[in-house]
Amino acid sequence: MKFLKNANGRSGRLSDSNLLLVITIAIFVVMYICAMIFIGSGFTKVQTFFNILNENAALIILSCGMSLVMITGGIDISVGAVTALVCMCCAMNLDYGGGNVVTSILIALGIGTAFGLVQGYLIAYLEIQPFIVTLAGMFFAKGMTTIVNATQFNVENEEFQALKEIRVSLPGIGSTNKHGAFVPAYIEIGVIVALLIVAILFVFLKWGKTGRGFYAIGGNSQSANMLGINVKRTKFFAYLMCGVLAGIGGFVYFLHVGSGSPSHASGAEMNAIASSIIGGTMLSGGSGNIIGTLFGVISLSTIKNIVSSLGLDDAWWTNITVAAMICLFLVIQSVVLSRKNKKKA
Amino acid sequence: MKTLETASGNKILAFLKRAVKNQIFIPLAALLILVLFNLIADPSFFAIKYAPNSAGDMAISGNIITILDNASELAILAIGMTLVTSASGGQDISVGATIAVAGSVVLRVLCGGEVSPDTLHAPIIVAFLACAVVSMLLGAFNGALVAYFKIQPMVATLILFTAGRSIAAWINNNQLPVINDKSFGWFGNFIPGSPLPTPIYIAAICIIIIALVLRFTKLGLFTQAVGINSESSRLNGLNPARIKFMAYVILGLCVAVAGFIKVSRISSINYSVVAKDIEMDAILAVALGGNALSGGKFNMAASIIGAYVIQFLTTTLYKFQVAPTALPAYKAVVVIILVVLSAPVVRNKLKAFRKKLASRRNPVKEAN
Amino acid sequence: MRDENVVLRLEGICKEFPGVKALQNVEFTLRKGEIHALMGENGAGKSTLIKVLTGVYEKDGGDIYMSDNPEPVIIRSTQDAQKAGISTVYQEITLCPNLTVAENMYIGRSKGAFTKWKKMYSQAGKLLESLDIPAKPNQQLGSCSLAVQQMVAIARAVDMDCKVLILDEPTSSLDEQEVEKLFKLMLDLKSRGVGIIFVTHFLDQVYAVCDKITVLRDGKFVGEYNAAELPKVELVSKMLGKDLNKLSDIDKPQQAEQESDGEAPVFEAEGLVSNAGIAPFDFSIKKGEVNGFTGLLGSGRSESVRAIFGADSITGGTVKMNGKAIRIKKPLDAMKHGISYLPEDRKHDGIIGDLSVKDNIILALQVMRGMFRPISKADAAKYADEYIKLLEIKTASPDTPIKSLSGGNQQKVILARWLLANPVYLILDEPTRGIDVGTKLEIQKLVLKLAAEGKSVTFISSEIDEMLNVCSRLIVMRDRKTAGELTGSDLNQSKIMETIAGGEKAHENA
Repeated sequence: MKFLKNANGRSGRLSDSNLLLVITIAIFVVMYICAMIFIGSGFTKVQTFFNILNENAALIILSCGMSLVMITGGIDISVGAVTALVCMCCAMNLDYGGGNVVTSILIALGIGTAFGLVQGYLIAYLEIQPFIVTLAGMFFAKGMTTIVNATQFNVENEEFQALKEIRVSLPGIGSTNKHGAFVPAYIEIGVIVALLIVAILFVFLKWGKTGRGFYAIGGNSQSANMLGINVKRTKFFAYLMCGVLAGIGGFVYFLHVGSGSPSHASGAEMNAIASSIIGGTMLSGGSGNIIGTLFGVISLSTIKNIVSSLGLDDAWWTNITVAAMICLFLVIQSVVLSRKNKKKA
Repeated sequence: MKTLETASGNKILAFLKRAVKNQIFIPLAALLILVLFNLIADPSFFAIKYAPNSAGDMAISGNIITILDNASELAILAIGMTLVTSASGGQDISVGATIAVAGSVVLRVLCGGEVSPDTLHAPIIVAFLACAVVSMLLGAFNGALVAYFKIQPMVATLILFTAGRSIAAWINNNQLPVINDKSFGWFGNFIPGSPLPTPIYIAAICIIIIALVLRFTKLGLFTQAVGINSESSRLNGLNPARIKFMAYVILGLCVAVAGFIKVSRISSINYSVVAKDIEMDAILAVALGGNALSGGKFNMAASIIGAYVIQFLTTTLYKFQVAPTALPAYKAVVVIILVVLSAPVVRNKLKAFRKKLASRRNPVKEAN
Repeated sequence: MRDENVVLRLEGICKEFPGVKALQNVEFTLRKGEIHALMGENGAGKSTLIKVLTGVYEKDGGDIYMSDNPEPVIIRSTQDAQKAGISTVYQEITLCPNLTVAENMYIGRSKGAFTKWKKMYSQAGKLLESLDIPAKPNQQLGSCSLAVQQMVAIARAVDMDCKVLILDEPTSSLDEQEVEKLFKLMLDLKSRGVGIIFVTHFLDQVYAVCDKITVLRDGKFVGEYNAAELPKVELVSKMLGKDLNKLSDIDKPQQAEQESDGEAPVFEAEGLVSNAGIAPFDFSIKKGEVNGFTGLLGSGRSESVRAIFGADSITGGTVKMNGKAIRIKKPLDAMKHGISYLPEDRKHDGIIGDLSVKDNIILALQVMRGMFRPISKADAAKYADEYIKLLEIKTASPDTPIKSLSGGNQQKVILARWLLANPVYLILDEPTRGIDVGTKLEIQKLVLKLAAEGKSVTFISSEIDEMLNVCSRLIVMRDRKTAGELTGSDLNQSKIMETIAGGEKAHENA
């Protein structure tokens, strides 16, 4: 007979997921406005904001996949390494394998799907812990990337170059340059892909049966089983999706950098996790919001931009501030949620 | 048809059955497989030589010694990581970065800010104490986030993972100090006159210490209780937060020792390379030891053996001329095989399969 | 023999676990519109049978038949059970606290790939209203009280148009009014032709609402009886397999007599208040006294004793032991002053699942001695063996993990733990919950023995009979404050009910 605050309008209205999302967006808005006021210059240009999207399209996709598995209460730390592997394989295919853009895309999807299938099977059906499985996946992908080709090289395939250089202008949004002409803002193709994916996943998580199943499993996987959800199959699907998204994200990354290298996307999985956390997805599972993840990525990148535009030593200060951001968000989340759910002292 | 079974045959069978069920069987089996593999592939793998080393002293050398030597830091880390995993149900992924910090502190104290001083600016023992204090403070930071702010361990330690190496570089103003005093190098290499490299001794001492602590105090019981059921433990008078916190501080101490050894090996440091990926190896060691990464019961000996197995695996792969950058791929495959074979789901299926085979051979059904 | 009204028939069900034959040739028949109680002591096989029926376990032998389908039904998963028309509501909340109430009611059931939120909320709203459940469809389940969560689980099962509804100890967390609502629901379903299997330990509830009773003992089927034709005492004897005569004590309330001296009370609290939300209360207990806390669900009984033990944060008040002021800020303080506390929720707050029986028994004593003074291996083994014998704990060995013991035996281990700590004041919160009748009696006798030895005991139970058997003083709580204290001749069912209800007409139990 534990004494819990009984159902009243206030404590029940906003679910954990939504509350954290509101916090994330609020902090981002405040941060960006402060940047605009105190730092000015770059931040007041509209293109700066869209460049955040351009630079991070791949990260958005990877973070979405990461959020999916985090909602089920798991994790996938192989996504960065898979991205690098995809880049290298696609690069090899284009310049040495006689392939074209279409075959590269297929390879990317194939690699991502393969990782998703194997990891999903090991985690969902053999019930091995996600951390170990995806850690091994990460090691494997890192090693394979080197085996495919040990050095960096830029892709020279023309068809690919053309795709890479496409800029989509945004009508009506932009800023005036020094000569007084209106320069519309632009985004790259990868951004369109990323935003599409965010939209699809948003629908999937809110209305899709399997998507709701992710939340159920993350909340209490034994209950989910009792409620008639096929926990194994649903979990498997989460990791499969994450793998496929890693493949797509890998290709988008490839589109952005135009080269293959063993050190690509190094640390991307940690950025994806950080973005998800900042966006309100908890590692413990059961709560998360894909829009939040999107803002998490944007927030993370904004910090890095703030840091570099303050003229601070890039690598060092960026790491410290990102770390501090994560710390801040974790503490806020922990405090807010424990107050809301009235845990015992 | 009844087979003749001797009493001793029965006993051996019973012992084997119990042995297989024991957790420590997993890393031992892995060790056995590696040993056999190497014996078959290259019988001279285990050859030991007794010959003068580079310093001119007589020393024992060979692949086994190399493995034991290089695994020292990992084994020491495995001790702390096992306690952290057991008590908090999560892992500390910042140990690589905090080793960099620990090493950096040692260099800072000994070099006093100079890049390549001729003499030490402080006694070595002071340097070690300083690095121990700093490492334990970092451990306390992690511990506080996990125990008092109730943040998930992997997530909480992500902070130092991200910032650690930058902090390490900052401590020495982004320079790479070099220690010229020979006596500092003894800790990572050979003490003059010793047949074995010093890290082996240091690791052995740490292992003995933790064995004594686990034997003569109830650290093990309390840690496991907290890891299995934190609320029940609290109602039994334990302080779960404090025990979790302590586990991270102990890991901090392990980091200090490991960092000290690392820096002593080359009498310098490379902030982005030192102890790279060691956190993954440490976690693997705990998992290979059959310990649940979700916390609770643990077997310290199994974790330590796991650490040596991982190092053994690494050395074996190098021997077969696997490129260092490709190494992770091979490690991954081996680890997956081991983890799959030890997964309860797989073991249950194998058991059921064996039962089926047994019942097919004996068609007479036993009365219930 | 096929009876048209039979909606479920189990024949020859067998299930074995390593070392334990949980079910041996069990049979069971359920008819349309019948409320059928499944009874037995702990370890009788009730929950195993339910788990086989619901697809959580796969049976080793036997067949399950449904309605008049001549072919046996295959149930290997929870989905299979659901498809066959078997719905279950468990004792522990098997819902997802992070999802909304409505979603918990409908998830896992729809055939479509998309969730229709509006429709779901409106349907849920209607159902919640018709069942008088105080929850909003769009509210996060985790923000509801445990009792309400239980009712949502039942609402879900009710809504699934099941042929067989299994209620596994549904009333453990409900108060009187909520139990009445549940019974109303059950009778409603009965009239619609649903067959209900009611698993419970509460004898009175069985007689209040059930048509038939099936008794299991030691994994075997003992018999099926009409509730109206089986006297309570005979039912209990069938469950225990013991003689009728020896059980006649159970129905007679034993008046426990305690003498009080002029001494200072062993424990005294004034204005004690914790952050669990109870009003500040005064309390005292003398040496050799047994007292009890009673009241409706949520009245604050557990919170009060938790405050005494320091299990919740103490925010005010003073506490004295033997007349001397002391401070209790956390459980260890209370333990060091000789207070022991057996918590209400043994799974969550009591057992340390993966640790052995022996480690669970010595844990509290070890914590009091601290990390650096281990209890020797020989002593630990001695203590474990002593208590296993004393309390008749059924375990393969002292080194078996406690989680593989049955609920009742786990409870005995926790009790052993706190007895070993040698307290002067022992608090037992629902020590007999989920325990078979025979052990309940043993525990009550043990409490009286402890009191006779000079220990003080606080005893909390949902069953007033038990409290009347052992307590010499009852503190009645209502709405998180003390409503009254009863002693002597006031210790009878009707007076207690009156005090709990407080001025309204209280209805008597059967």
